[in-house]
Amino acid sequence: MNQSFLDYYNIAPLLATIHEAMCSVMPEWLAMTLEGIVVGVIIILMYALLAIVLIYMERKVCAAFQCRIGPNRVGGKGGLLQVFADVLKILTKEIIKLKKADRLLYNLAPYLVILASIITFSCLPWHNGAQILHMNIGIFFVLAASSIGILGILLAGWSSNSKYTLIGAVRSGAMIISYELSIGITVLTMVVMSGTMDIHGIVMSQENGWNIFKGHIPAIAAFIVYLIAGNAEANRGPFDLAEAEQELTAGYHTEYSGMHFGFFYLAEYLNLFITSGIATTLFLGGWMPFHIAGLDGFNAVMDYIPGIVWFLGKTFFVVFLLMWIRWTFPRLRIDQVLTLEWKYLMPLSLVILVVMTVCKIYGLVF
Amino acid sequence: MNSFSRYMKGFFSGLKSLLIGMRTSMKVFLQPKVTEQYPENRHTTLHIPERHRAKLVMLHDAENHHHCIACGLCQMACPNGTIKVISEMREDEEGKKKKVLVKYEYNLGSCIFCQLCVNACPHGAIEFTNDFENAVYEKDKLLLTLNHEGSSLAKK
Repeated sequence: MNQSFLDYYNIAPLLATIHEAMCSVMPEWLAMTLEGIVVGVIIILMYALLAIVLIYMERKVCAAFQCRIGPNRVGGKGGLLQVFADVLKILTKEIIKLKKADRLLYNLAPYLVILASIITFSCLPWHNGAQILHMNIGIFFVLAASSIGILGILLAGWSSNSKYTLIGAVRSGAMIISYELSIGITVLTMVVMSGTMDIHGIVMSQENGWNIFKGHIPAIAAFIVYLIAGNAEANRGPFDLAEAEQELTAGYHTEYSGMHFGFFYLAEYLNLFITSGIATTLFLGGWMPFHIAGLDGFNAVMDYIPGIVWFLGKTFFVVFLLMWIRWTFPRLRIDQVLTLEWKYLMPLSLVILVVMTVCKIYGLVF
Repeated sequence: MNSFSRYMKGFFSGLKSLLIGMRTSMKVFLQPKVTEQYPENRHTTLHIPERHRAKLVMLHDAENHHHCIACGLCQMACPNGTIKVISEMREDEEGKKKKVLVKYEYNLGSCIFCQLCVNACPHGAIEFTNDFENAVYEKDKLLLTLNHEGSSLAKK
């Protein structure tokens, strides 16, 4: 198979050239610092931009599932400026100081949540040569970093000194810690299949076919389990009992206002994106184009589409799947949530792991 | 074994019902949306059902004739005094005394759209239309006179 497409859009040489050019006019530490700042700003900008896109998409998709049109007045046809207006509004709101809250933890919690989200966000394989945090245990790092977010949620719930927030945080904590198991095991399944924990390596191992096709039955089952557990991890319906409006007003972020609330909101949507992005990386080949063995003309056309388009396209497809699930099913009770995880998903994912390992050993995966 | 088969049965029946739910919501996702974009579509796609009761009118034909004989049944049927039929006795050409409608007053502000007046009318002189844009700035403008200027009873 012709592998030239892997180099076609590879931006690693370009980045190396820029680095060398910068090193020739300034010391290396300064060049590294400047590059770090630029990349950091790009991450935060993309984070905010994607949040806006996701919120708009959520509102439109949700509306369509409820047989409505959704926002269509602000900003001409289609309500394109609706979310910008919402963001401007939330920026003008006051950040309220609670009297009996634990001041330090109360202010720290939203930053922890957003920090976990941004760190995980920068691990995603955007493009060939454009991985931002690149290490040989990448996927393990993602699992670890995303768990910091639970800490933020628990702290937010506890430090607000309110019953709603505490109950919401405890529910969320119990749920996320449970579902972390399923996520871990399904991720492990795909690590078994690719033979590496490096995110770039996992993507590169799929150059001759995406994992979901190569791994057939166990991979598809793992994909479904990962989607369910990932949905729970992102605290979204039908697992949104941490912020069940009818019972807990808003759950763990009831007492937050202004941009602190905005951070929770942003992190919730970006966690959706990150969950989908990891699913894309593990199962749908990251930025790898779609290939059908034998159709060389078709494959060549697919190669001309840049990797970032592939990555975003696949990720938004998975986001749509998750939104479909969210707007179809009613919320689960806390005992049902835990039953689903411990009695169904966890045993299922263990079986999948064993099946996948057996398939890999006997060469039954492609 | 029994509990294991029950477990598997529960698993697959749950999966099936989830898939049915997802199929249903996808159907809704793809079907045309029901939202009415009201002020924009008022001259194009706006549909108000024929039988919607929004405003009482008295029917007039092309020669400005109505069918109201001023019997006052509608006024008596009205549960909250919305209708006031003002009539007078007049002599016609044959010297017979007859009740003639002078003014048919209707207060849109207090009407509860129960349709008892329309049901009570023996001649089908009044009816409800679906003309629903009745908002006005002053309360007085809700007091309507239903018989047109210079109208008279239709000849049989």
